[in-house]
Amino acid sequence: MKRQVIAAILAAVAMAGFMAGSMAAAPPYPQRIISFVPSITEMLFLIGAGPRIVGVSSFDHFPADVEKLPRVGALIDPDLEKVLSLRPDLVITYGSQADLSAKLATAGIATFSYRHGSLAGIPETLRQMGSRLGLDQAAAAAASSLERDLNGVRDRVRGAKRPKTLIVIGREPRSLRSLNVSGGIGFLHDLADLAGADNVFADVARESLLVTTETILARAPELILELHYTEAPSAALVEAETKTWAPLSAVPAVRNNRVVLLFGEELVLPGPRVIETARVFAGAIHPELTQTPR
Amino acid sequence: MRSVRQRLAGWGLVFGLLALAAVAGAPLIGSTRISLARAFDSAVPFADNVDAQIFFIARLPRVIAGAVVGACLAGAGVVLQALLRNPLATPFTLGVSAGAALGAVLAISLKLQLSLWGVSAVTGASFVGSIGAVAIVYALARARHRGFSTNVLLLAGVTLNSFFSAVILFVQYLSNPADTIQTLRWLMGDLGIASYTPILAALPMAAFAFVAFAWLPRALNLLSLDADAAASRGVNVVRVQQVAFFSSSVATGAAVALGGPIGFVGIIVPHLIRLLVGSDHRVVLPISALAGAAFLVACDVVARTAMAPVELPVGIVTAIIGGPFFLWLLIRKR
Repeated sequence: MKRQVIAAILAAVAMAGFMAGSMAAAPPYPQRIISFVPSITEMLFLIGAGPRIVGVSSFDHFPADVEKLPRVGALIDPDLEKVLSLRPDLVITYGSQADLSAKLATAGIATFSYRHGSLAGIPETLRQMGSRLGLDQAAAAAASSLERDLNGVRDRVRGAKRPKTLIVIGREPRSLRSLNVSGGIGFLHDLADLAGADNVFADVARESLLVTTETILARAPELILELHYTEAPSAALVEAETKTWAPLSAVPAVRNNRVVLLFGEELVLPGPRVIETARVFAGAIHPELTQTPR
Repeated sequence: MRSVRQRLAGWGLVFGLLALAAVAGAPLIGSTRISLARAFDSAVPFADNVDAQIFFIARLPRVIAGAVVGACLAGAGVVLQALLRNPLATPFTLGVSAGAALGAVLAISLKLQLSLWGVSAVTGASFVGSIGAVAIVYALARARHRGFSTNVLLLAGVTLNSFFSAVILFVQYLSNPADTIQTLRWLMGDLGIASYTPILAALPMAAFAFVAFAWLPRALNLLSLDADAAASRGVNVVRVQQVAFFSSSVATGAAVALGGPIGFVGIIVPHLIRLLVGSDHRVVLPISALAGAAFLVACDVVARTAMAPVELPVGIVTAIIGGPFFLWLLIRKR
């Protein structure tokens, strides 16, 4: 009896050890990744996980390699069948896609739930992706390099006078209606702050808010940065859109021709290319400092 | 029993003063404290005068737009409720607003960069959309009837509403998330026009509609009881129905192009006024227009100050203030 008990215990211990061993032996790092989040797709390519990506969202355009990859829908229209058919072992979803994550969990597919956040969250997410994919070193290097470059921009504008800045992220074309602007949180606010500007809506603890022309007149920004996620249109159209602000001539930015329209999808993507956006912002906010001699 | 003329004069004085007070008072209220003396000081050039620009660009256009839109929606509501003999009819029942919304959503998603006489593409496209919807509904109502079938009108309008809404959702579904925010914003209603040109564009249409409205009330009184009885009393029923349909549609189209589909004004105000003044359209129609103007201007003051610096969509304010108030009135009256 005693022997039998000991044998059973030994067997159980061996079994547990074997199971633990087999768990460790299973391929621990995802090899077939689907990304619904364009900024994370960019991070994956940056840390060398590009070859492991088997599907991307319909809004992915960078780097150029993504054009060859299958599309799996996007935030509101994920194509579950397509996702399953690609046999992923990791799907990167938006935090608001809880429904999709739950469905994938029932299919035994791991997910990484992403939420837009602050500028500091970008290198943080890079490191998280690195440890999840077994690419810690590459990710740490990329994250540190990004932080270093961002600090470089911050240092360059240090000490310069910080203009009061309005960051416009949407409005009705050719009119001052439906004005959507950046509040005091989120990577766009952080980027403007880093590039030496004081957001006039920094006191509003929201990523974005709709405002009236009255509040803009009252807050008197000295610079208006208007972000368009499209390719730059013709110079004539850019000028026409800039002139849309002309009626608010009592706003210092308008009076002093400091309304700057910026174009490009990377402007609204919190991915590794924020360093480019940071430099573009710094150039627009401090043209006096950042002109490089040729 | 006082005569119609006396009642109209009495209530007209009350609501005329109310509308006047709203239009005169609203520009004085805002999220920012301004100095009127400075705003009207001609010694300070307008280009540098913040107070004047807040008063004349940020506030006054939207107050005027609110009055025009409110009067149009309330007036159109009265006319449509009589025409369709349905107390639940609103200016948006016959598909006009859905057509306008489709135009606006397309203009936003396709990023139409046009601008005609200072009116933006979104405003223009929404008006074109409302005209398209009116034409379709009217053609359907005429198609298989010698006269003008209000039943077909109602069904065609409701169906067109659902159809256009589906197309809008489809366009939204395909478009970029950033555009979706802009279209959603438009659909919630907004009077922040920051310019007088959209008002000037909408005003001739509103004026046309109100000239027609002035001609309608006596016939609407008979029509809202029974079309056959109206015909036997010498009313040209088809003509009255056509005028009622087109004038209310033009009023709605102008209102939606100016302020987006602002809900509740077109149903709450007419019923509120009927509870107060009775059901004679000679009194209900003009008083509703005045009350609609006052109500929407007041709601817009709440929209732009309640959560400042964040702006509330005025359509949400009209529903949140109007709904419970109307229910309370309904219970009290019974």
